[in-house]
Amino acid sequence: MAIHKSTIRVGTGAGFSDDRIEPAVDLAERGKLDYLVFECLAERTIARENLTRLKDPERGYTPYLVERFQAVLPACVKNGVRIVTNMGAANPLGAARAVRREAKALGIADLPVAVVTGDDVADIVRNNPQLPLMENGAPVESLLPRMASANVYLGADVIREGLATGAPVVMTGRVSDPSLFLGTMLHGLGWRYDDYAKLAVGTLAGHLMECAAQVTGGCFIDPGKKDCDDPVNIGFPYADVTADGSLTLGKLDDSGGRLDVMTCTEQILYEMHDPTSYITPDCILDITGVDFKQESKNRVIATGAKARPRTPTYKVVVGYHDGYIGEGEVGYAGPNALARAKLAEKIVRERLQKRGFTYPEIRVDYIGMSSLHGMGTGRTEPYEVRLRIAARSPDRKAALAVGFEVRTLHVNGPSGGGGGSNGIREVLAVKSILIPRHMVKTAVTVEGTL
Amino acid sequence: MNTGTVKVYDLGHARAGDKGNTSNISVTAYDDRAWKILCAQLTPKRVLKAFAGIAKGPVTRYELPKLKALNFVIENALGGGVTVSLAQDMHGKSLSFLMLDIELDG
Repeated sequence: MAIHKSTIRVGTGAGFSDDRIEPAVDLAERGKLDYLVFECLAERTIARENLTRLKDPERGYTPYLVERFQAVLPACVKNGVRIVTNMGAANPLGAARAVRREAKALGIADLPVAVVTGDDVADIVRNNPQLPLMENGAPVESLLPRMASANVYLGADVIREGLATGAPVVMTGRVSDPSLFLGTMLHGLGWRYDDYAKLAVGTLAGHLMECAAQVTGGCFIDPGKKDCDDPVNIGFPYADVTADGSLTLGKLDDSGGRLDVMTCTEQILYEMHDPTSYITPDCILDITGVDFKQESKNRVIATGAKARPRTPTYKVVVGYHDGYIGEGEVGYAGPNALARAKLAEKIVRERLQKRGFTYPEIRVDYIGMSSLHGMGTGRTEPYEVRLRIAARSPDRKAALAVGFEVRTLHVNGPSGGGGGSNGIREVLAVKSILIPRHMVKTAVTVEGTL
Repeated sequence: MNTGTVKVYDLGHARAGDKGNTSNISVTAYDDRAWKILCAQLTPKRVLKAFAGIAKGPVTRYELPKLKALNFVIENALGGGVTVSLAQDMHGKSLSFLMLDIELDG
């Protein structure tokens, strides 16, 4: 029978696939954590990793998996910190095996890893081509020939199930970001999956923590206006959550960054639309009653989260091939720089046209002037301008031609063009559908001996 | 002449997030006076005007008085969506500062 604690401490180990490594090690070493959660999957990551897996069936998990586990495993094993992560991406079982190999190399002979599967619903989607896309209502059928992945966002219940095995590590593919955190609370605090007052607290905690440093001073600093301590070594957050549903966010005292009402307020609204209805697989969160209170330096108490019952569906992200983007850049500086950049643009456009290439969309940026916020009005001409031309095409040759024609400016273009670059990339786009929960069958297995 | 203009930058702080082709930008007031000005003047219409070269809209505004924050949901703002956009800032992370650059009456 499970023994539940009255308080647990959950830390964030990563907020995206390419996040820094050492803040997680710091938390594992001296954070007095019960759980460390790594969120490493962006929307299209699984589509990309499915392509990797096609080339090598052993792979298909997040690229930094081995480095992260190598760094944190010693402290986590020593301090009894259990790891929950979606680093499995398109291949949770392969990821579990890679983690076990790495553990062995570190002297941990048999590290059991619980593996959550069932998020991959590509076959279900293929068999239900009538399902409408959330973006435009059209049936998913038209994407099927180009589909690279289809995964549901699973909920916190599968994390609880993984932790209930007793394995020190729970490895998943697609699980909704806040659910990774909420699952540790369901397990550790014995919360019921229909106790919506508690699910609200855990979902809020997960939402605030899922992007790691974004709540502790990352994406926040504006020098002279909004500063923070030691911006080179921003610490990652942890949450102290009690069985009766109180929530305090914290970060380690001598880590960099800041954790206060301002950072929490920016992060609670991050990627939030209607604040009364933040839909996760576990509940519908309402944050309009949330209040933050500074408890002490580096600790903030959050109260007032509410939740309504979860929807009867899971959201599926469908990844699919969507042609190519070709681009090229070249820089101009000094007198008449903008006019030279504009002439270069005209030359490239006309040459592409002359060669018979047409594009559904061409974008031109004058970097240093208009690439981020558009041309605006009354903007003064900068000293330097970097021309960037990008275009999409279903045809690889047409996409390649964009960079080629920018590259040829090197000797054929306007005076003083320097620092050219060009490239092409394959586009993996995503769209969403909803599927009834009963269609999805999840499973938890354990690699290793418990 | 009115009493002068003030930038949103001087009244509050902002953060931008993305979901598909939709950008959401929160603006949190520094104090009660700033909150009143923002509520009165930083309307969806005013925001759409500032984002005219970038977003088609519509723009929806949500108010969170407890946090003194406004949350703007700006649709058709990210070049078709993060995964397909031709923009360099495909997430629209920099758009929070376009919001902060808006001028209001002080």
